[in-house]
Amino acid sequence: MYKNFERYQEPGASSIRLTYADDRELLRFNQKATPPAVKRTKPLKNWVTQLQQVQKSQDQTAFEELFNYFAPRVKSFLIRSGASTSTAEECAQEVMVAVWHKAHLFDPSRASVSTWIFTIARNKNIDALRKQRRPEPENLTWGPESEPEATDILTLQQETEQLRLAMSTLPDQQKELLQKAYFGDLSHSEIAAETGLPLGTIKSRLRLALNKLRQTMK
Amino acid sequence: MNDMNDIKHHLNDQLLLGYSAGVLPEAFNLIVATHLEMCDECRAASHAFDSVGGVLLDDLAKAEMSNDALSKTLDLVANTRQIHKTEVDSEIPNPLAAYVGSSLADIKWRPIGMGVRQVVLKTSKSATARLLYIPAGSVVPDHGHRGTELTLVLKGAFSDETARFAVGDVEMADQNLEHTPMADINEDCICLTATDAPLRFNSWFPRLAQRFLKI
Repeated sequence: MYKNFERYQEPGASSIRLTYADDRELLRFNQKATPPAVKRTKPLKNWVTQLQQVQKSQDQTAFEELFNYFAPRVKSFLIRSGASTSTAEECAQEVMVAVWHKAHLFDPSRASVSTWIFTIARNKNIDALRKQRRPEPENLTWGPESEPEATDILTLQQETEQLRLAMSTLPDQQKELLQKAYFGDLSHSEIAAETGLPLGTIKSRLRLALNKLRQTMK
Repeated sequence: MNDMNDIKHHLNDQLLLGYSAGVLPEAFNLIVATHLEMCDECRAASHAFDSVGGVLLDDLAKAEMSNDALSKTLDLVANTRQIHKTEVDSEIPNPLAAYVGSSLADIKWRPIGMGVRQVVLKTSKSATARLLYIPAGSVVPDHGHRGTELTLVLKGAFSDETARFAVGDVEMADQNLEHTPMADINEDCICLTATDAPLRFNSWFPRLAQRFLKI
């Protein structure tokens, strides 16, 4: 029923489409060459301090740390979504510019830094590569009205960690499906065709983690 | 807008996931974004789905940046300015106002039959977004939709064979649902709809014939 949700069907995006097949080839090659997921055991750095240093004192060293971690991952995301290597490079730089300029809008009690940067990269992907506008709810922007409570920040971090753990226990096939959905290897119609809905079949632990996050965000 | 605490019909997980993952057509994104602006519950759920993307980003293998990428980025930072979005006080929810302007009175409606009016919004072609104006007590002309049809109520309320939908509610209909939405008798109803296949409104075509031909 979602047959018309295919990507890259947009008129006016012909220059993108011309190179699209090549990009896909390159993408397949890259995927063979490098496994998509990295195994990891200890909790990740949360990057909140670095982002706040960028925000408060335009700290270039803190920004460099953020850049070294996030820019290559954002580039990887864009390549998986079908961008050429050069477009992905350029867009990843623009995403990091937005990270700098929007740092004051980041609210660590609402999202992890990774989540926040993911949303910026996703919107850049839609805007630059799919040539679509991205309607966003206005008051959903991340701008904190007042200084967020430390306990709220901690709760958010703990629950994001729970979500990470829940996702790491997913069977490979389901995890792959989620990656495909979020990083653009899979159109909405394919998600629906393949499983009905990945979240419908995904283990209850992930659902639990998602629901807890959901409650926290209210 | 009105008090939104009474929303009964929410977005499903498939739409929320699709919105977070960024795979929906623009017209569907518009419905989702407008509903999120009106609905705290779905907004929280949407944040949770965004978090899935954040975790996946952490897990992604790096694609190395070029050697001068950082210096180029810092140059770009120095040459661009921080953008502050200005929120406009609008009777229309913000995401939608970007498409139709901030006032319902300025909308240029076109009649589609039986008193119902519409305006088609400019979105990407993969799905169609439109505003529908249904006068109090009126019925939306019979229409077939081959794919998915989402309807978000912005003003008033309507009822069909499945339920009653008031401000903030979303109805999700697939091609199997044959429905005849009717606006409440005491108030005009304005809805935002998105369809992933062209709607076939046919105002001069007798309803009986439509039924007969099963379109």
